[in-house]
Amino acid sequence: MLSYFLRRLLMAIPVMFFVAVFVFLLLRLTPGDPAQAIAGDQASLAQLEAIRESLGLNEPLSVQFVTWIGQMLQGDFGRSLISDRPVLEMIGQRLGPTLALALLAMAMTLLFALPMGVLAAWRDGGMTDRLVMTVSVIGFSVPIFVIGYVLIGVFAVNLRWFPVQGYKALADGIGPFAHRIFLPGLALASIYIALISRMTRASMLEVLREDYVRTARAKGLPEGLVLFRHALRNAAIPILTVVGTGFAMMISGVVVTETVFNIPGLGRLVVDAVLARDYPLIQAIILLTAGTYVLINLAIDLSYALTDPRIRYQ
Amino acid sequence: MTFHPLKSLGMAALLAGTVALPAWAETTLTAVMQAPLRSLDPHLSTAQIVRTHGFMVFETLLGMDADYQPQPQMADYVVSDDMLTYTLTLRDGLMWHDGTPVTAEDCVASLMRWSQSDGSAKTMMQYVDSIEATSERELVIHMKSPFGPLLELLAKPSPIPAFMMPKRLADTPVGEQIPEIIGSGPFKFVADEYRPGDQAVYVKNEDYVPRDEPASWTAGAKVVNVDRVVWQAMPDMQTSINAIQSGDVDLIEQVTIDLLPLLAMNDEVETGILNPLGAQVTGRFNHRLPPFDDPEVRKAAMYALDQETLMQTAIGNSEYYQLCPSIYGCEVPLASDVGAEYLEGSADERMAKAQELLAASGYDGTPVLMMQPTDLTVLTTQPIVAAERMREAGFTVEVASMDWSTLQSRKNGWQPVAEGGWNYFFTYWGVAGIWNPLVHSLINGSGDDNSWAGWPVNARMEELRADYLTAGTLDEQKQIAEEIQQIAWDDSFYFNAGEFKSVAAWRTELQDIQSGPITLFWGVHK
Repeated sequence: MLSYFLRRLLMAIPVMFFVAVFVFLLLRLTPGDPAQAIAGDQASLAQLEAIRESLGLNEPLSVQFVTWIGQMLQGDFGRSLISDRPVLEMIGQRLGPTLALALLAMAMTLLFALPMGVLAAWRDGGMTDRLVMTVSVIGFSVPIFVIGYVLIGVFAVNLRWFPVQGYKALADGIGPFAHRIFLPGLALASIYIALISRMTRASMLEVLREDYVRTARAKGLPEGLVLFRHALRNAAIPILTVVGTGFAMMISGVVVTETVFNIPGLGRLVVDAVLARDYPLIQAIILLTAGTYVLINLAIDLSYALTDPRIRYQ
Repeated sequence: MTFHPLKSLGMAALLAGTVALPAWAETTLTAVMQAPLRSLDPHLSTAQIVRTHGFMVFETLLGMDADYQPQPQMADYVVSDDMLTYTLTLRDGLMWHDGTPVTAEDCVASLMRWSQSDGSAKTMMQYVDSIEATSERELVIHMKSPFGPLLELLAKPSPIPAFMMPKRLADTPVGEQIPEIIGSGPFKFVADEYRPGDQAVYVKNEDYVPRDEPASWTAGAKVVNVDRVVWQAMPDMQTSINAIQSGDVDLIEQVTIDLLPLLAMNDEVETGILNPLGAQVTGRFNHRLPPFDDPEVRKAAMYALDQETLMQTAIGNSEYYQLCPSIYGCEVPLASDVGAEYLEGSADERMAKAQELLAASGYDGTPVLMMQPTDLTVLTTQPIVAAERMREAGFTVEVASMDWSTLQSRKNGWQPVAEGGWNYFFTYWGVAGIWNPLVHSLINGSGDDNSWAGWPVNARMEELRADYLTAGTLDEQKQIAEEIQQIAWDDSFYFNAGEFKSVAAWRTELQDIQSGPITLFWGVHK
């Protein structure tokens, strides 16, 4: 298992290098000028040229790439072209809110989606099943920003149970943190609740038809034990796959949720960086995201062995 | 009694917040600004948000009052009778935020750095013989020949004001950002709480000594009545509206006009115009490329366009826009009706004239590439309307949609359209950035590669712009400005598509909000 883990980690190195080259070239091919983002619309060409020169943007692409890769190998992600701050410091400032939002959304997803999917499969064709599928279709169909605005309208503006926007770090106290993160977490979780409840239902339906489930029931085991210990565990692999990839894909939902609820997270930072053509910042965030994808995929693969004893990695 | 678990959670959070409050009541004014603050060097950027940030932290030697007059601010001044020597004496009590005193040497270094960035200051330097510190508190500007607008330039609020900073920062090469934000202004910048593009925090500068004169725009007493000012960026306007209604923020610098009805129903929120100058929407021709290298074709396009139609589609509510032929802004001292003949007639009458002029021009059907920004609400509709009007006049028009960043970069290139060039685009200018021929970048007729995009060539325009700099009286300046305006219309430098005002919203707890060419945070009480 350990050698498999190390081998997968080593395989991540060329993947990350390819991502680095691809992102670097893609950004340089994209029209736009970081100097203009600094100097503003009314700047003269001479002023823009002076800024480009000082930022090293007039250097040949190969020199810029080698400089950047060299810095990266020393653990230096460079400085933002626009704010002149270290890129890692900027990412550090924004990572907390995004992680909190993503983890809460995933926790809510598991809390709601698994029981919903199991119940729907158990009551296949019944009212509960239809209700769960209706909620699931709504979760899929309604965009996150609409769900966000509806939640704000009902729970923040009308009932005033929650603030309409903003973020408090956990360091400010669990109360203020939970108070501000609950609605955004719920909005972001909505699509994943829909996705994973459907996946759980489908996977459970297959498993519930298996002989060993019939045997468990024939032995007189309580239905809860049959569903959650025998059936759900055997239905877990496809669910785990969707949970893992869903978590990795959450970045797109995070951008919208952070915008609607005004959360200063990585999603907003990356949009801002793209609009300003802040190359080092965009490159660092994309590399970070790619690294997260790689690690999550590895974690999913390893988790198969935990849920299914037949799977062993060499 | 009904138990509400979520409400209880809210109460718990409220109690937790109460416990965390400091013992003293600190007054914090939270504002949503019109754009996120991403860079901090006010000598390097022409962006409005950086300018506003500059006036929080830095000061200028002279300030501009509401009558458009330069007034002493950091320094009092004396001008020699021959207009060749300007002596500026720093007032008492000026300290940088790092605790060191402001010296004349700092100010000389700041003027030198500013003059390398700002276009008007560069022009000024052609008339300057020397700038020297003659003592700790006195600096003298010697001119080679008289230069009328010098005091106005030192006081101007846009696009790059002459901000003063310590010499060690002012010595930073132009093109590089200053490493620290240390000024002498009424607010101190809190570097530790700055999140680029999201949040900027300022605290009251307790050591600041305001002037005795009443506050007027960027001149006079800058008395700060709040302890902290927090700027929050909110990319979504609906979120900002929700936030001001719930009391999370105190001020929104710019509310989109279509959302104003939402605020009209709330007694706790007021709306109004804080910046009386507004902004002029400008449609710019590329004078170097066909078909707009032909003045007759440009003139036909000018008649095809229509101020009222463009403003109606972009702003909608006529309460917030103004139509006038003045290229300097509708309500500034140099405003005049010169060139009004180009705006006469109904939209249909103008179209008939455009069709007639285009037919007579020999236009060969060369397509017009019109750039359209898709992410800047105030400029998204004009290209679509303008393209339709031009097509109706007989032009072949292609609208190229792109983000604002791409447009800004593309406008600087004069290569053929097939290689990434352009023919026409809209932008807007704060009136403070165009209010006289010296600062107005769109009427540069030199055709110089380094001039602002469009590159018109007109020798008479250049003579007049030079004459304006040496004009001795306001009457002389006005006369020259009018002739310049006539040429700008006759030679179709650009189409003045009307002027709009930005509407701000603030909670009624805020009192004595100041009006100015930028949003001002001194004077206001909470």
